[in-house]
Amino acid sequence: MNLPFRPSPNGSELGCTDQQTLKQRGQHEVFCGLTSIVWLHRKIENAFFLVVGSRTCAHLIQSAAGVMIFAEPRFGTAIIDERDLAGLADIDDELDSVVGRLLERRPDIELLFLVGSCPSEVIKLDLKRAAQRLSKLHMPRVRVLNYSGSGIETTFTQGEDACLSALAAEAQPEAQNASEHLIVVGALADIVEDQFRRLFSEMGIQNVTFLPAKKANAPLIIGPKTKYLLAQPFLGDTARVLEDRGAKRITAPFPLGAEGTTAWLKAAAQSFGVSEEKFASVTAAGHRRALIAMDAHRDALQGKRIFFFPDSQLEVPLARFVSEELGMRLVEVGTPYLHRAHLSEDLARLPSGTLLSEGQDVERQLDRCRAEDPDLVVCGLGLANPLEAEGMTTKWSIELVFTPIQGYDQAGDLARLFSRPLDRRTRLGGLLCN
Amino acid sequence: MQLTVWTYEGPPHVGAMRIATAMKGLHYVLHAPQGDTYADLLFTMIERRNARPPVTYTTFQARDLGGDTAEIFKTSCFDAYERFMPEAMIVGASCTAELIQDDPGGLAKALALPIPVIPLELPSYQKKENWGAAETFYRIVRELARGDGDRAARNPKSCNILGPTALGFRHRDDVLEIKRLLRALGITVNVVAPLDARPSDIARLGEAAFNVVLYPEIAEPAARYLAKTLGQPMTTIVPIGVNATRDFIREVAELAGVNPDEVLNDRQSRLPWYSASVDSTYLTGKRVFIFGDATHALAAARIAKQELGFDVVGLGTFSREFARPMREAASALGLEALITDDYLDVEKAIIDAQPELILGTQMERHIAKRLGLPCAVISAPVHVQDFPARHSPQMGFEGANVIFDTWVHPLMMGLEEHLLSMFRNDHEFHDRAAPSHLGQAPRAAEPETVQAAPSEKAPVITGWAADAEKELNKIPFFVRGKARRNTERYAAERGVPLITIETLYDAKAHFSR
Ligand code: SF4
Ligand code: SF4
Repeated sequence: MNLPFRPSPNGSELGCTDQQTLKQRGQHEVFCGLTSIVWLHRKIENAFFLVVGSRTCAHLIQSAAGVMIFAEPRFGTAIIDERDLAGLADIDDELDSVVGRLLERRPDIELLFLVGSCPSEVIKLDLKRAAQRLSKLHMPRVRVLNYSGSGIETTFTQGEDACLSALAAEAQPEAQNASEHLIVVGALADIVEDQFRRLFSEMGIQNVTFLPAKKANAPLIIGPKTKYLLAQPFLGDTARVLEDRGAKRITAPFPLGAEGTTAWLKAAAQSFGVSEEKFASVTAAGHRRALIAMDAHRDALQGKRIFFFPDSQLEVPLARFVSEELGMRLVEVGTPYLHRAHLSEDLARLPSGTLLSEGQDVERQLDRCRAEDPDLVVCGLGLANPLEAEGMTTKWSIELVFTPIQGYDQAGDLARLFSRPLDRRTRLGGLLCN
Repeated sequence: MQLTVWTYEGPPHVGAMRIATAMKGLHYVLHAPQGDTYADLLFTMIERRNARPPVTYTTFQARDLGGDTAEIFKTSCFDAYERFMPEAMIVGASCTAELIQDDPGGLAKALALPIPVIPLELPSYQKKENWGAAETFYRIVRELARGDGDRAARNPKSCNILGPTALGFRHRDDVLEIKRLLRALGITVNVVAPLDARPSDIARLGEAAFNVVLYPEIAEPAARYLAKTLGQPMTTIVPIGVNATRDFIREVAELAGVNPDEVLNDRQSRLPWYSASVDSTYLTGKRVFIFGDATHALAAARIAKQELGFDVVGLGTFSREFARPMREAASALGLEALITDDYLDVEKAIIDAQPELILGTQMERHIAKRLGLPCAVISAPVHVQDFPARHSPQMGFEGANVIFDTWVHPLMMGLEEHLLSMFRNDHEFHDRAAPSHLGQAPRAAEPETVQAAPSEKAPVITGWAADAEKELNKIPFFVRGKARRNTERYAAERGVPLITIETLYDAKAHFSR
């Protein structure tokens, strides 16, 4: 199926805000929100993520984490069994004792998340109440919060949204005489966080916190003097919690590539009254480095046609990046959920007529993809090898989530993630076909 | 409710997927939420399969609950039939769908599709992956295998090979090896299943005289059913290791009425001579800890003891279904079997047993890495490394050759071990040099003093006197970690606060009983 290219009424090529959106209902091929534990548990020190779920949930996280790298990672699953379901065991008591044993073994834990799953939701296990009960029991040593990462309610990165919402809901109010301050929302790799922190500080924006913080119990203050800047595009619920407490969002595209990063930083700079000259002097070097680093990949990617399967909700900002900064052509941009308000700046920079798809019917989407025969397909791990075997070139989307890609000094790395599969196919030539 | 960090087995519907993915012309419709689609990557990434598993997930959402989940199942099931046109279908629920009780079997039946539709009941809150695979295979065989053939017309020298699945540990290569062996014996293979079999092949299982059960975890229920209803005897010996392969050859020769002698003396088998040759002397009495699925762990114990001359100091499995044979095998070795699916228990048992080599799964590989011990992988759960490009079976004589190489590889070569202790102060033979054949990877030096297992009381803090520490450093590094642990344990048990040279040698004497 090939949807018609719609010319823009005013003749402009860019600035599209009424892209066609295709919505289909069928099989989804995405992870559930539990998967975000894989990076969150590395990001927040002293926090433990206890999934209350089934063997499937445990197996999912283990499989998504890939290899079993860590001696004792800071996540685990309390597996509900038939005794719990049959009412032979009191499920609250069971949970309390699992948590008790866990905390005894892990004296380093200061923050415990009870993470809901499909089974816990379906049997209506009240994890909020459980968290309150356990908090009472284990405070002040351990704070216990809850959120849901279930697959019936969340996809992949929405798990982070749910987690950060829970953290934001616990924030302290601002003091009477508080001054304006900035919260950067969305988990970033430590190296990226440090780079941004330095840039803000050089601009003179000193009062900056990151959510999530590296330390589980770092203070988080939210109120009317709070301005927040989203570092990730999948944080709808978290934004709502922040706004309920009076925080204001700084509208910006997401910080990918040279232009995305500059626009993102600039939005913050303007909001905090940083002068043009100051901003230029602080960001010029990074911007230049980013352009140089991306240069090496632009030739390989320019004019190439790319197809995004839905995965992390990063698809729209990534599509903006590859089309605006690397000259790639967008065949279809699939996303599990399209948050138009948060994506407004990125959407506005997509070429007019770009085909967006929200939700998924994977079989029909595969049909479209095969018919279009794009040069590069961004898709999940379940689809990548089968598509490669059909002769397509793929990039696994999960790497775009696990790798530091935001900011100036990662722009080249990000471009490389797209160019390397093409490079590889060229190097191997006809090896596979003959 | 059980706290789990890493699991040895997935849920039972993943077992069903292993059967569906192994077969051709079969489609699985699974009532499950979207996140459960992660299971596809096990096959496409770990096993590098070049096609998606033949599985349709209904991916119902919270807003569908209480309303339309049954309708969603029916639509998915029908669409899958139309799109994939399978010869047969299996249908079932994952853990979440089990709770909403939509009855996929009944719903699928109501669609009246013109193909066999086999309902699966896989209780997710009781059972696990291997059980799910075995149950699925049994249901398929029960539904599809025809019993109307003429038993007398069966070729007595024909058999089926049952058990190999997708995502199995070396199943692909084992099948080749066993087929070769059977061919050499003059026995024809009627059907291999489930790997690469079609539903129509399952239908003609009854044309063979007997069944070869390669993996009892998967194929035993189906084989028992065939024995009972179609009168096909089944093999009981799993041909892993030289001795077991020889026993297996005798067993199938007897079933088929052929002479096994020529095949028994196969020159392909190098393990016996390699094991007897003098370089292998250093393998004598190596302390080895074995953990895995029951089939592979039992076989490994026999090989370790009878074919490599090791001392088995620990033996266990995560397959509870096979606890009994495991206990018997362990007690024959003077051990108590470890039956658990908690890797922390396994880690503790390994620390206590102080082995010099671990034969385990990918989990034990990680435990071994932390403890600085050599390790070889002998069983699922699998990792991408367990699907090597080269032919690499575990079964048959070639399998035994592969096992010899794989187990001995992580150990120091005999000659090298002597050189190292002779030249241990030479700068090129310093402590951190890896065995030369293991490349430049820096050796995980001495394992730092092993953390006492969490449940234990903190031991008396014992320190090392400077001269004792120096003496310890004269001990070759590949046994130094053990010497350190033993000495510290000895000192802790006796409340010795400071370890002296005296303590070191007392401990050595104590542990070399
Ligand atoms: S396609 Fe772009 S230019 Fe055209 S109306 Fe939409 S936003 Fe405006
Ligand atoms: S989709 Fe639901 S049942 Fe499946 S792993 Fe995710 S939370 Fe667990």
